[in-house]
Amino acid sequence: MSDPEVPSGAIASDAAALPGGTTAGDRVAALAGELASAAAERGPATYMEVCGTHTMAISRFGLRELFPEAIRLVSGPGCPVCVTATGDLDVAVALARQPQVTLVTFGDLVRVPASRSTLADERAAGADVRVVYSAADAVELAARLPEREVVFVGIGFETTAPTVAAAVLTARDRGLPNFSLLSLHKTMPGALRALLDAEEMAITGFLLPGHVSVITGSDCYRFVAEEYGVGGVVAGFEAEDVLEALLMLARQRTPAIEIGYRRAVHPEGNLVAQRLMAEVFEPCDASWRGLGTIPGSGLRLAPAFRSYAAEERLPVETGETVEPAGCACGTVLRGALDPVDCPLFASRCTPASPVGPCMVSSEGSCAARYRYRDVEGLEAEL
Amino acid sequence: MCLAVPMRIVSIDHGVATIEADGLTQRAGLMLVPEAAVGDFVLVHAGFAITVLDAEEAAEREKLFAELREAEAEAEAEDGDEPGAGLA
Repeated sequence: MSDPEVPSGAIASDAAALPGGTTAGDRVAALAGELASAAAERGPATYMEVCGTHTMAISRFGLRELFPEAIRLVSGPGCPVCVTATGDLDVAVALARQPQVTLVTFGDLVRVPASRSTLADERAAGADVRVVYSAADAVELAARLPEREVVFVGIGFETTAPTVAAAVLTARDRGLPNFSLLSLHKTMPGALRALLDAEEMAITGFLLPGHVSVITGSDCYRFVAEEYGVGGVVAGFEAEDVLEALLMLARQRTPAIEIGYRRAVHPEGNLVAQRLMAEVFEPCDASWRGLGTIPGSGLRLAPAFRSYAAEERLPVETGETVEPAGCACGTVLRGALDPVDCPLFASRCTPASPVGPCMVSSEGSCAARYRYRDVEGLEAEL
Repeated sequence: MCLAVPMRIVSIDHGVATIEADGLTQRAGLMLVPEAAVGDFVLVHAGFAITVLDAEEAAEREKLFAELREAEAEAEAEDGDEPGAGLA
């Protein structure tokens, strides 16, 4: 998802010069060398990242060029906009069409095709659809527009869900009767289990999501190693972080869950955020694009907060769900199809005219591969 | 979506922090990190601080920024053009 208000220098500055006269470039080269030897020793391996911000970082830094041949890194269901099911998008569109509703959400969602239109189309047709940076902004909007029904469409994994829980608590404390939430939040462990159960592809290890794990910690992934014999390393978002995490994975002789992003992630996670989520939300079954319905992998408002549930306050009818014709986003999201191998990639489907969500969201694996196709040397192949 | 940016807390007022990175300031809620204090580096996501970065790491980061600024100043003094070219 695009974050226009993020200071542009903040990420680059992380990867600049290092003490002792070494530069980030030197470190990246050194790590790539170590990764090559570790991979040669270990043999062919397929790793999967399950975080849209990793997808983007890997393409942006051109890291695929640095990977040894023995390592294949595929993108999984890590982009929240992309995994949102068409049927759920239809509910958001139907809500936006209610004349009394001001529909508020995060950026990329407005351009994702639902069955018959996008939220952006609805806005062009007169609906009041607004994009915010924070769920707190939606609460402010509800306070400013008391005559409107302000519906926030909450998407995102465990990184985002606690911020939305905090916003719901704020709305309750401020006594705002016109604020409600359509919660499409999803949690990561169930998706990993679904991928492993599907056995569609042999995954050697997971590059685990850094900022989801800030909240959840790493203990919640132990089942991946213990029940499935698959390793995982929680990775940060600099080029060095990603390479270091892959190196840790390549060096694992016994599958284990480790943390590479130690400056931000602890095994137990952020307990305050977890308590807040548990107060406001409860697990529910959720429908994922590409993975189908995964038991307990969604978050809906807990009974004490049901009066803030948009689907109960403003029940809407949606028509039949229609998936975009020819779109292979579902298969891409399982890591079973490389975006560049999709027949629509860069022909009928481009960021300017996207067919499926993976080309809409800046974090979608199709959009990332398209945007950085020159960095990755793909240009010649297309 | 899960982008989070390291920023430093400049001040705190009723659970809302003013935070700064690279000369840019914005506000972030502290409901998820009530222990955060002025001077801490926090990761900020969607208007909320989600964790306090490890102090040792933050110190290292500050040292890194200082050295970076020094290196940039030296580079500028030496050739007078392309400030920040060393960042690539």
